Amino acid sequence: MISDLCKKMFGKSLWLFHANCGACNGCDIEVIDVLTPYYDVERFGMKLVGSPRHADALVISGSVSRQVAPALRRLYEATPDPKVTIAVGACAVGGNIWFDTYNVLGGADKVVPVNVYIPGCPPRPEAIIYGAALVLGLVGKKLSPQCQQHLPPGFHLEEHLKDWQSDPVITRR
Amino acid sequence: MFKAKFKEAVICFGAGRVTLSYPFEPVKVPAKFRGKIEFDAKKCIGCGGCANVCPPRCIVIEDMGGIAKITFFLDRCIQCARCYEVCPEKAIWPTDQFETATPDKSDLKSEMTLWMSSCQRCGRCFETDNAIDKFHSKRWRGRGPEKENEHGIFPVKPPIDFTHPLLVVREDEEPI
Repeated sequence: MISDLCKKMFGKSLWLFHANCGACNGCDIEVIDVLTPYYDVERFGMKLVGSPRHADALVISGSVSRQVAPALRRLYEATPDPKVTIAVGACAVGGNIWFDTYNVLGGADKVVPVNVYIPGCPPRPEAIIYGAALVLGLVGKKLSPQCQQHLPPGFHLEEHLKDWQSDPVITRR
Repeated sequence: MFKAKFKEAVICFGAGRVTLSYPFEPVKVPAKFRGKIEFDAKKCIGCGGCANVCPPRCIVIEDMGGIAKITFFLDRCIQCARCYEVCPEKAIWPTDQFETATPDKSDLKSEMTLWMSSCQRCGRCFETDNAIDKFHSKRWRGRGPEKENEHGIFPVKPPIDFTHPLLVVREDEEPI
C-alpha cells in the first residue's frame, strides 16, 4: 500500500533529510556510503538536503534519546506533507541495546510514525538500498514473522495457557 | 591544462562502470556474513544460553508451566551471532539474508513454543539431564524416531539401554 502511494506521490525524486537522533555514527556512515558512486542511490533521484522543509523523506538513525525527542517531533512537523519516515538501524527501529534505558525512548516510532524499518547494526548499504527501493515500490517485502512450535501430539496449548494465567510467568533473558 | 583534462577523461572512460545494479540484480554477500537469525524448534532444548548472552536482549524466554515461549525481537537484533556461538545444539544460526526492510514492525517478531519439564518449586522450565526421565519424555532424541500413540503426551517407554553413557555410573562417581 505504501509503495502504491509512494509511486503516486513521489513519482520523480525523493529528497532525504538525514536526522541523527543520537546514533553512534555507524548508520550515518552507511547512509553516506549509499550515496557514493559504487552504491549510487542518486540514480533513483534521492539526495540529501540540508533542510527538512525541502525534504520528502526523513531518514532517522540512532536511538531517540529523551533530549532529542522534542527536536525530532519538530523536525517531523516541519517536513511538508506528504512525507515518508525511514528508520535506519537497530537503534531507530527497536532501541538496540538501549531499548529499556531511562534516557532513551527505544525506537523512533515512539515519537513519530515510521513508514519503513531497516534493521541492522549497522545495516549493509545494500540493505539500505533495498529499503529505499521498498519505499519507491521497486521491490517487494521479503520478511515474514516465523512462528514455530514443538509440542507433543494431543497437547492443547490454549487450554494449558488458560490454566496457567493465575500463576506468575517467569521471564529469562 | 587541456592536456591534463584529456588525460583525466581517458582515465575516467577506462574505469568503466562501477555502480552496482543492486535492487534489479541480486548481490552476493561475503563468506561468514551474519544476517538475520533463524531457528529450529525441533533442535532447541530451551536452555536459555542464547537469552543469557544476547547483548540487546532480543531473545526473551517466558516459562509458563511446562511451556517455554521464546520470543525473538529481531528489530533490536545486532547480528552479533553470539547466540549461534553459545548454542549447544546449533538450533539458532545466522543466515545471509540482509533484505530485512519492512513497512510493518510486527514482521520483526518471531516466536517459538517448546514443551519442557518444569520445576515443581520455582516453576522454571528446564531440560532434564537425567536419562531415565528423558526416556519418558516426548523430547528424548537420544535414540530412534519418536513414536506417537494413544498414550498422549508420553510415548511408549523404549527399552532402557544400560550401555548408554549417561546411565553408566563410573567408579569415582557416587550414584544418584
